[in-house]
Amino acid sequence: MSLTPEDVRHAAALAHIALEPDELEALARDLAGILDHIGRIAELDLTDVPPTSHALDLVNVLGDDVPREPWPREQLLELAPARTADGFLVPPIGA
Amino acid sequence: MAAFDVERASAEGIARLLDARELTCEEVAQAYLERIEALNGDLNVYLHVDPERVLARARALDSEGRAGIAGVPIAYKDLLCIRGVPTTAGSRVLEGYRPPYTATAVRRCEAEGLVELGKTNMDEFAMGSSTENSAYGPTRNPWDRERVPGGSSGGSAAAVAASMAPLSLGTDTGGSIRQPAALCGVVGLKPTYGNVSRYGAIAFASSLDQIGPFARTVRDCALALRVIAGADTCDSTCVGPPEPIELPDREDLRGIKVGAISLDGIEGVSPGVRESYEAALATVRSLGGELVEAKLEFSLTPHALAAYYLIAPAEASANLARYDGVRYGLRVDGDDIFAMYDATRERGFGREVKRRCLIGAYALSAGYYDAYYGQAQRVRTLIRRDFDTAFASCDLLLTPTAPTVAFTLGELVDDPLAMYACDLFTLPVNLSGLPALSLPCGLSDGLPVGLHLAGPAFSENRLLAAAHALEGAFAFDPRPPALTGAA
Amino acid sequence: MSVPEGWEAVIGLEIHVQLSTRSKMFCRCPNEPGGEPNTRICPVCTAQPGALPVANRAAVERTIAVGLALGSEIAAHSTFHRKNYFYPDSPKAYQISQFDEPLCSGGELAVPTADGDDVVGFERVHLEEDAAKTVHEGGGGGRLTGSHGAVVDFNRCGTPLMEMVTRPDLRSPEQASRFAAFLRETIVALGVSECDMEKGSLRVDANVSLRRPGVTELTTKTELKNMNSFSYLERGIARELRRQAELYDAGEQIVTQTLHYDPGSDELTVLRSKELAHDYRYFPEPDLVPIEPSAELIEGLRASLPELPAARVRRFERDYGLSLAQALGLGIASGLADYFEEVAATSGDARSAANWVLNEFSAHLNEARIEPGESPVRPAALAALIGLVGDGTLGSAGAKQVFAALVAGESGGDPAAIVEARGLGQISDTGALAAVVAEVVAAHPGQAEQFRSGKDALIGFFVGQVMKATGGRAEPQIVQTLLREELARD
Repeated sequence: MSLTPEDVRHAAALAHIALEPDELEALARDLAGILDHIGRIAELDLTDVPPTSHALDLVNVLGDDVPREPWPREQLLELAPARTADGFLVPPIGA
Repeated sequence: MAAFDVERASAEGIARLLDARELTCEEVAQAYLERIEALNGDLNVYLHVDPERVLARARALDSEGRAGIAGVPIAYKDLLCIRGVPTTAGSRVLEGYRPPYTATAVRRCEAEGLVELGKTNMDEFAMGSSTENSAYGPTRNPWDRERVPGGSSGGSAAAVAASMAPLSLGTDTGGSIRQPAALCGVVGLKPTYGNVSRYGAIAFASSLDQIGPFARTVRDCALALRVIAGADTCDSTCVGPPEPIELPDREDLRGIKVGAISLDGIEGVSPGVRESYEAALATVRSLGGELVEAKLEFSLTPHALAAYYLIAPAEASANLARYDGVRYGLRVDGDDIFAMYDATRERGFGREVKRRCLIGAYALSAGYYDAYYGQAQRVRTLIRRDFDTAFASCDLLLTPTAPTVAFTLGELVDDPLAMYACDLFTLPVNLSGLPALSLPCGLSDGLPVGLHLAGPAFSENRLLAAAHALEGAFAFDPRPPALTGAA
Repeated sequence: MSVPEGWEAVIGLEIHVQLSTRSKMFCRCPNEPGGEPNTRICPVCTAQPGALPVANRAAVERTIAVGLALGSEIAAHSTFHRKNYFYPDSPKAYQISQFDEPLCSGGELAVPTADGDDVVGFERVHLEEDAAKTVHEGGGGGRLTGSHGAVVDFNRCGTPLMEMVTRPDLRSPEQASRFAAFLRETIVALGVSECDMEKGSLRVDANVSLRRPGVTELTTKTELKNMNSFSYLERGIARELRRQAELYDAGEQIVTQTLHYDPGSDELTVLRSKELAHDYRYFPEPDLVPIEPSAELIEGLRASLPELPAARVRRFERDYGLSLAQALGLGIASGLADYFEEVAATSGDARSAANWVLNEFSAHLNEARIEPGESPVRPAALAALIGLVGDGTLGSAGAKQVFAALVAGESGGDPAAIVEARGLGQISDTGALAAVVAEVVAAHPGQAEQFRSGKDALIGFFVGQVMKATGGRAEPQIVQTLLREELARD
């Protein structure tokens, strides 16, 4: 499987990273090189090997349902790039 | 304070001088601030230092009284959140961000009275092996300012190497503590996954990340680990050490089965590193250790590297999705929300972060999951089995930490694959969640070489004990000649 | 007929239920609806860098309890996954949800109907987190310091959300809405959620398709989002079925899309679907560990399940001889059912108890907007009232007066005392009534004559006169007997 510029455009759209044509081209080249190398993993026959998503053999770590004092609003709201008196302001979400 | 020489100081030694009242916390803090003042302009180790805050904390300890290691200064990798203190993760996207809360590991250090010196430079979001991927310029290696300190925790490693801090914390996802420790000639430990809380450490790859210490000595490393390790109700994956962390005092390796991995057939290991490694194996024998040949069938193959470079970017692509210009950090305006996201992330992230976010999104996307991410998870199982098999016949596994000594600035920056290969020896233990440390074992061409010791899960005490014995035999001088007498 | 002629409707529901835990799903911010914007938030639910989730034990246990109530298989090993998508209501840009290892799989709910149980199967029940609220500028209040746009409130963000997915077993809009309403009562009975559709703690989406009768494969479906009442759900599905039939009839194909139903105009609008919205890139959430419920936990939860509406309705029919309508009326809400059972047991007259509880008592609850437990009419008092009717002390008119007095809290809520105080007791003393009867007959000689000459219907007139004279308290059967005796005499 080799990586096409269309694949890179799709991945960039999923990752929400705008790419100018020359940056797209450069990244496509980088990624094609990387995937040529690491993509060989796809050729291994590992059907009998179960996947590991975590090295830790730990289960049932749950928090007790005891509410804590929430954060003072201003401490979080003051970090926002744009805001109203009581909320986080974002550009229009679209039609 | 005439007796105090920062270049020779250890955390333990500072604590002893403070206990004996031969020094005050303020004098210690002042000495390090002067060292930082003298060297940081050139080395770019720290991204943020607030001398007034440092001195105020030190003075408070002097007046309130102190015990243990209180008063010893420490530096933090700039992805550890500290309330109100600038925290950037080396990224433009978090420029000016001051977290509203403090990481658990930092809180534990504060509770012990360690004095925060500042925040250290790093590869952006911990993605890199040279600290050249920082949005705030590269850090230089204290042993040779034309060379990289390694990465991603290059600032934290260089801080300890340059005596700009006696202790520091970094994070290790695929080698980000051990590789810079090796390249800077200091001790660096990646604890067992689940030993130290990740709460407040800006995530790169959540199933691999672990916070750990850098120090000049193995005992200092143990001291710092003792402070930061412990269960945390804010991190579901953190159970803490099953037994207390001990201060190592072993002088030999008798009764310890040391598995040595042969470097035959492994490409890219420099002759100097091979030589130092062979010498280290001889030292093991001379200390009475039982040296056995150990094998990792799968963990040092290109497939292991591939598994890491699929799993880590996949997790990162989700972890870095929150930098969207809505709640904090950089925003680049756009006509609608999606245009704003696209522009913010294009401007906010550097090249390597973009590469990894794209690989991650691609490896998880419809139609590719099984071939890439799914396959990488199965390789991860093989790597775990590799270590299970190896540790059935030995107590520790030895390899070099990095295939080469510190490389020159810019040498690998445009060759991602060559950069990724720096992690060959270190990343398998991350995929398996195991503890490992890098110990300086000698010099090659005047540059430090690190010996990598890995152990079974939660075997930190044995790892530190063995490292302590080796440290005594290596008698490595951690002072970079280039800086001797500076400040 | 709400399913177009010549077609079979295939409908499945996705139901989202906000669990009424005390704290949120992955942080311990208070889980309360409403409140000033952004006053129930913390580093975790605003996705500050480095913040980590910790799953809420109560939310996990409640979801398992729901699964047990539906007879689902409870997973021996269940995991959380990240579902990746960018939107301002999703601060991490992924939702922590479940994918291939949900807490509960399978199960069913039997809705009691006149034609037997209507059984609808479930695919799964899983746990996830709710999103924040975005309010378009102008609706949010607050002074704007930037340009136009939307304002995000993270109070709701991270509320535990249980997603229930049915099999495509429903065949009509009416069946779908009846099922959804009965499912709501079942969840309320389990005590895990308020299930208030208006407040959004219960949200129902429908997957709708049509096929020719006899066809067994599934055809292209559309998704109807967020209908906020059961009647809108029914109407929305009916409208969409009509639209699909019209398209098929015109020789066109159905396109997979998400639709919004506007009950005001009875119109459907297509929700803008982002091109990439469906590549969610699910992968195991590395910040959380798997859940492996122990046998003890499961058995403990099973043992503490309350009696559920379906079982109760069937029991009321069987044990009390109630009609299905009565059993449904009483059986679905536990407060009313418990009240009814207490009245029935104390009075020994289940049918009268059912009538009183469903009629006067329910009307009183509605009027006062209270729950059964809050009513001044205690079950023992209503049982006593039923007893007074049964033994002839009270007629229906008098009984209603006593009920009104109980609602008003008179005479310490004791029906006998109210009868006494108000003099409402029925007069069944033959001697006393005979005198009144004689007087009435004597006062109306003309009518008496007509009666005697065969106009039997006039008996009603005389009964009415006696009632008037006794203030309605005379026992009607005795009055009639006495009147016939008196009129026969002359």
